[in-house]
Amino acid sequence: MAVTKVVMPKLSEQMEMGKIIKWLKQEGDRIQSGDILAEVETDKADVEMEAFGSGVLRKILVPAGSQAPVGTLIGVIAEPSEDISQLGGPDMAPQTPQAAQPAKPSEPTQPAKPSAPATAGAGATEMANRPAAVPPMPRREDHAARTPSPAAGPEAPPASTRTAPGTPARPSAPAAPMPAAASLEGGRVKASPLARKIAAQSGVDLKLLQGSGPGGRVVRRDVEAASAGGGGGARPAVMPAVAPGVEFEDRPLTPMRAAIAKRMPLSKAPVPHFYVTSEIAMDRAWSLREELNALEGQPKISVNDFVIRACAVALLHHSGVNASFQGESIRVFHRAHVGIAVALDDGLITPVLRDAHAKGLAQIAVEARDLAERARHRKLRAPEMSGATFSISNLGMLDVTEFSAIINPPEGAILAVGSVRTVPVVTEDGLGVGRRMMLTLSCDHRVMDGAMGARFLQDVKRLLEEPLRLLV
Amino acid sequence: MAAKKFDVVVVGTGPGGYVSAIRCAQLGLSVAAIEDDRPGGVCLNWGCIPTKALLRNAEVVHLIQRAGDFGVTVGEVKADYAHAVKRSRSVADRMAKGVEFLFKKNKITLFPGTGTLKSKTTVEVKGAAGTETLEAARAIILATGSQPKSLPGVTIDEKLVISSNGAVRNETRPKSIAVIGAGAVGMEFADVYAAYGTQVTVLEALPRVLPVEDEDASTLVNRLFTRRGIAIKTGVKVSSVKPGGPGLIVETDGGRVEAEQVLMAVGRGARTAGVGLETAGVTLERGYVKVSPTMETSVKGIYAIGDMAGPPLLAHKAMAEGVVAAEAIAGQHPRPIDYTNVPSCTYCRPQVASIGFSEAKARENGREVQVGKFPFTASGKAVALGETDGFVKVVADKASGEILGVHIVGPEATEIIHEFAVGRTLEATLEEIMHTIHAHPTLSEAALEATLAALGQAIHI
Repeated sequence: MAVTKVVMPKLSEQMEMGKIIKWLKQEGDRIQSGDILAEVETDKADVEMEAFGSGVLRKILVPAGSQAPVGTLIGVIAEPSEDISQLGGPDMAPQTPQAAQPAKPSEPTQPAKPSAPATAGAGATEMANRPAAVPPMPRREDHAARTPSPAAGPEAPPASTRTAPGTPARPSAPAAPMPAAASLEGGRVKASPLARKIAAQSGVDLKLLQGSGPGGRVVRRDVEAASAGGGGGARPAVMPAVAPGVEFEDRPLTPMRAAIAKRMPLSKAPVPHFYVTSEIAMDRAWSLREELNALEGQPKISVNDFVIRACAVALLHHSGVNASFQGESIRVFHRAHVGIAVALDDGLITPVLRDAHAKGLAQIAVEARDLAERARHRKLRAPEMSGATFSISNLGMLDVTEFSAIINPPEGAILAVGSVRTVPVVTEDGLGVGRRMMLTLSCDHRVMDGAMGARFLQDVKRLLEEPLRLLV
Repeated sequence: MAAKKFDVVVVGTGPGGYVSAIRCAQLGLSVAAIEDDRPGGVCLNWGCIPTKALLRNAEVVHLIQRAGDFGVTVGEVKADYAHAVKRSRSVADRMAKGVEFLFKKNKITLFPGTGTLKSKTTVEVKGAAGTETLEAARAIILATGSQPKSLPGVTIDEKLVISSNGAVRNETRPKSIAVIGAGAVGMEFADVYAAYGTQVTVLEALPRVLPVEDEDASTLVNRLFTRRGIAIKTGVKVSSVKPGGPGLIVETDGGRVEAEQVLMAVGRGARTAGVGLETAGVTLERGYVKVSPTMETSVKGIYAIGDMAGPPLLAHKAMAEGVVAAEAIAGQHPRPIDYTNVPSCTYCRPQVASIGFSEAKARENGREVQVGKFPFTASGKAVALGETDGFVKVVADKASGEILGVHIVGPEATEIIHEFAVGRTLEATLEEIMHTIHAHPTLSEAALEATLAALGQAIHI
């Protein structure tokens, strides 16, 4: 009775919808528990979805390219003999009609199926012969001549002279061939060939259309509705293509941008932020880092790795900062899972370095780089994107002196890291040159108070200014 | 006696009815199906399937007659028409049994008898075993089909004046026959009778045979039929059919035709009488049941599909409608049928198949078209087969390359057409067909060549 329902997984706390990018297994494939079934795009990232049962992927209910709410049945894994008809309909449970008869008994072994009634009759079709060694009319290939090209004007006659005189001229509309292919490559727009051509001819940007075809495919009627001024009633209103000189354009929100837009006010408004800033002398950490990075066979360590390590160590001693407001209580964490904000082209994502307090600098360096790398390629797995107890946002590489970050609930604090700058400093001997870095801690006042945040920051400062402590 | 309850009651088990019954069962609904003849309806028993068997016989006779072309010497050729009809019947029997098997497999209860609506949710079945009442908890699907039409004042007696129903059953063939109507049915029977040696005269009121097809197709088929000795009179109106001469005398405004029998092939009309449409309040429109895009009639919960729900009167259209109705009843949101993308096929020799607009229709609709035509005489495969009559004609929009219509006359035309049916469903343009490698040598290459011709790039002509 091993029927495994494959449902749209909740891959992040705020995920409501997921989009199947592609199925890596097809209906009929044998599945082992743990196999990667599909790639799912969430508001955060593209994630691989694992199978939680073994058997045969009997049914795919949500095709690639389609979205489904979290928890929706998107596929069924079962042994071939299992009856999955109660699960199977293309439309899912709530809409599926109540079967009047309780269950369709499975009938896996039917006598040989008669050929479909309507198709029988006319008998043998001609078997295709293998091509003869010398085809009667050998075919030359001439790609240039077979791709209608707008360049084929009078000054650039087609390479081929095969076009018989008097045959209809090739379409001369300059946009006819494949200009839309570019936008296809850029934004992976699913559109029919005809829709693409008409869009190119009428100046409609396919990327701005919501397709009404199967799986959201843009089809002719969508383009026609758009070029007719969106008068299609049910069709969503569509922006015309952006021409030079227009004042602005409205770019649709990517799922990630939409998530950020929805999420940040949920932090800033209800979470009373306060900020504590401290300047860190990074001279010793800097030279230690240079020494470490000169060691052969050791991973390269970044300033941020030092900050992660310092925070992780400090968090264990300042459990009030490593804490989360839970409404009726404050949850204090005994482990430091550090979220590391990674900037992407169209947003940001915060992969989580787990148990950072228990990891050495080298290991933190390796893991942090791996997480950032995969975050940029949207290859993170779900568990790697949630569960942080504290976060770090570093804009140091962008020559930022200091800034303050917005807390990512339910975490209690986030540390904003500025650049390491070479600045004049007052020393015992007078003026000198030093490396300084500004840290700003954003704190949830419901969880902690100013002094708690300040003491934590003081500890972080001490660890970074006496960096050998980070090695022991 | 208490009414038997089912989720869905299907009246009629032709291609529309049986497909909708099976689809309903697949979707978990309990289904009763009512049939007053044999499962499979006209299509399997008296139409599509048995005529294809007869046409295959005609083709075999034709092939043997030209055995000499292939260097095969045959003795005296005797073609037994009665045997051809018997073979056709056995083919139909087999297919009808197939439907019964599918019903059993899908737990569909078959009620032999005539179904009549008694209310918006009940159907009465009158059969040899008595009368029963079936109650439909969710929906009733009407699929009673159509029947042959006749000309005013002419009664189809199935002896002298026959319809396709008689033609497909009669084991004797007349020495001469006048076929009234040059649509698919008329032309297919003309083909069969002529192959067996009957003197055939085809009478058509419209200016050309296969009037719904592209003019090029009509012209070619007319020429090829005429070459085989079939007399074709187009643009003639039949004024009377009276006994006399060898059997019947047909008077037309283009002269008198005498023949042993007349085959009435002037079209089919919806079978709506006796269904109880008035009882339930189902409304008609131009003789057909009026339906919504999901095949629901004017009465909520009563659906109508197939021939009774309007043209085109084609089995494959009925099947598609059956699926739409079943899925709508099951609470799904089926994709409505694209009636502009239904292939039309005539199985005479050579076969005729088409989809979409004819060239003339496309121009009438204001489209600037590019047309490509490729004759089978230039196809290596067709020459090797010795079947070179015909062509593939592609009509496309000049600006976008949209495939507006395709018209094929020739060997296996009814198979080749589907390349364009799929293409049109996917909104492919000429370019996608052009960039699709077609195996060589095949008849389907002609589809590629006609496409290339429309783009001015044909290789083999």
